[in-house]
Amino acid sequence: MAKYIIKRFFMMIATILIIATLTFALMHTIPGSPFDDERTSNPTIQANLEKFYKLDEPMHIQYLYYLKSIVTFDFGPSIKKPNESVNELLARGFPISFELGMVTILVALLSGVTLGTFAALRHNGIIDYTAMTFAVVGISVPNFVLATLLIQQIAVNLEWLPPATWSSPLHMILPTLALATGPTAIIARLTRSSMLEVLTQDYIKMARAKGLSPVRIVVRHALRNALMPVVTIMGTMLAGILTGTFVIERIFAIPGMGKYFVESINNRDYPVIMGSTVFYSAFLVFMLFLVDIVYGFLDPRIKLHRKEGDA
Amino acid sequence: MNERKKKEKKIVSDEKVLQVNNLQVSFRTYGGEVEAVRGVNFDLYKGETLAIVGESGCGKSVTSNAIMGLIPQPPGIIKNGHILFKGKDLTKLTKGELRKIQGVDISMIFQDPMTALNPTLTIGEQLTEGLRTHKKIGKQEAKKRAIDMLKLVGIPNPEERLKQFPHQFSGGMRQRIVIAIALICDPELLIADEPTTALDVTIQAQILELFEEIQRKKKISIILITHDLGVVAKIADRIAVMYAGKIVEIGNKREIFYTPEHPYTRGLLNSVPRLDLEDEELQPIEGTPPDLFSPPKGCPFTARCDYAMEVCDHVYPFTNKLSEAHRVDCWLQDERAKVIKNSDRVG
Repeated sequence: MAKYIIKRFFMMIATILIIATLTFALMHTIPGSPFDDERTSNPTIQANLEKFYKLDEPMHIQYLYYLKSIVTFDFGPSIKKPNESVNELLARGFPISFELGMVTILVALLSGVTLGTFAALRHNGIIDYTAMTFAVVGISVPNFVLATLLIQQIAVNLEWLPPATWSSPLHMILPTLALATGPTAIIARLTRSSMLEVLTQDYIKMARAKGLSPVRIVVRHALRNALMPVVTIMGTMLAGILTGTFVIERIFAIPGMGKYFVESINNRDYPVIMGSTVFYSAFLVFMLFLVDIVYGFLDPRIKLHRKEGDA
Repeated sequence: MNERKKKEKKIVSDEKVLQVNNLQVSFRTYGGEVEAVRGVNFDLYKGETLAIVGESGCGKSVTSNAIMGLIPQPPGIIKNGHILFKGKDLTKLTKGELRKIQGVDISMIFQDPMTALNPTLTIGEQLTEGLRTHKKIGKQEAKKRAIDMLKLVGIPNPEERLKQFPHQFSGGMRQRIVIAIALICDPELLIADEPTTALDVTIQAQILELFEEIQRKKKISIILITHDLGVVAKIADRIAVMYAGKIVEIGNKREIFYTPEHPYTRGLLNSVPRLDLEDEELQPIEGTPPDLFSPPKGCPFTARCDYAMEVCDHVYPFTNKLSEAHRVDCWLQDERAKVIKNSDRVG
């Protein structure tokens, strides 16, 4: 196990380095510079600014500086908001985005798995058809459309819930709902189909022949096997939810990372782009690693490491 | 019944464990209703092995699943009949009452040991969960019992093995575990649905010996579903031959093997490859079983029967009692039928 984790750790570092390099290359391929707006039109000032941010250096030197900032995890101050460092922005924005993302995943997993399981157990019944209709709608409607609809109907017309910001658990409901619907639908469909398959397996018949309670058969015998495909897509789904938070945060005026991330790209705010991209990719790579660990834990046949004497 | 002679050393008492009366099971499908089992009658005595043989789709497994209470309803329906287990009619029980019998009094061994065990649970948990559900005993005691069972079925290092997962066992070992699971609650009736079909021949012999040994030790009754007549010859006491959802002939092993009366039984025996008759060609039974969506009115074997008569097409034959145990459903037994020389009998 330790061997596997060490191996994965180095692979994670390599992945992050590749992402960082790609980000650097893309960032400098986009035309324009952080000092393109009218206030800094004076060439002398611009030259001084570029010198301060080391943007006058040749590209490979800049790349080395960039790598150094990644290793030390110090991206310096933002160019657009010089009184704030990138680290401060991350420390302020990321916890909120993380909260939104995690609540979304939890909601999507719980409701998706429950819905999918009941749909499978009542195969071709009313619950099944309702759940699957919901799933098709949930997959087809983009989250930003759903978000605006929710704000319009529930917050503005009905005035049941606050339309924006992130100040109380009540404020969390609409953004979470908007963000979680798609993943819930995908998980529900996946759980249903794999549950249907698992329920026809011999070991389920055998569990029935043992006279076990239906709850035990479903929870202990079927669900664990049925969840394997769900765990498999969790990795890519995490990425989707993370980027989804950017959009949803903008719509609901949530002060998470999304706002800074999008603004930084528009402004060519290089330190912020670098900082947030590297941080997010590191986070995502780590989550994928966790998913793999869970995978091995759920199914004993999947070995993360080769042990002496095993067949 | 008291006159039933047993040459085997094991004791078969005349106490009836199971009585199946006129069992009829159908499945509703989009194409119509399939009559899978169409009136099956048999008794099972304490300590005996009854083999149910017949080709695929003749209703063997449906019969055993019905006894086990494993017919999914819908689409399945038990249309008629009774399954009396120690006087209790299993077809009348609620699901909850049935669960108190499943795995405790009646248990089942499945065909394919590679798929019958849950890949994500340890052997120990799969062995003990039935025991702990039904007998309300503690973890330690259940574990002890599980170790005893693994020893009984011949698995070395049982303490170690309990913590392992199914993929760490070979096919033969897994079938032993499946048997251990079936026996752990001390059932009185064991239904084995083709228990050796998925195993290779050497393992088959071991598993069959295990069956005999367990039956001697525990005095349980076994219903053996199979299409392998070799297996039947080895361990069955009585044999029921099923065709198109009916038992067409039933009798002691000797009666069925040496004096088969139903043309279908004879056909089955003739189609077994034999080493001692070298130049003999295999004699398959020509044709296929009838469509059970609309089973024939008369004897279902008529279309494939060499001795078919006019009457066979229209009326299902009565059950003729040839000896205490031997019954056959065939018009050839009628005294009006032409006398058939049993020239092609297998001896």
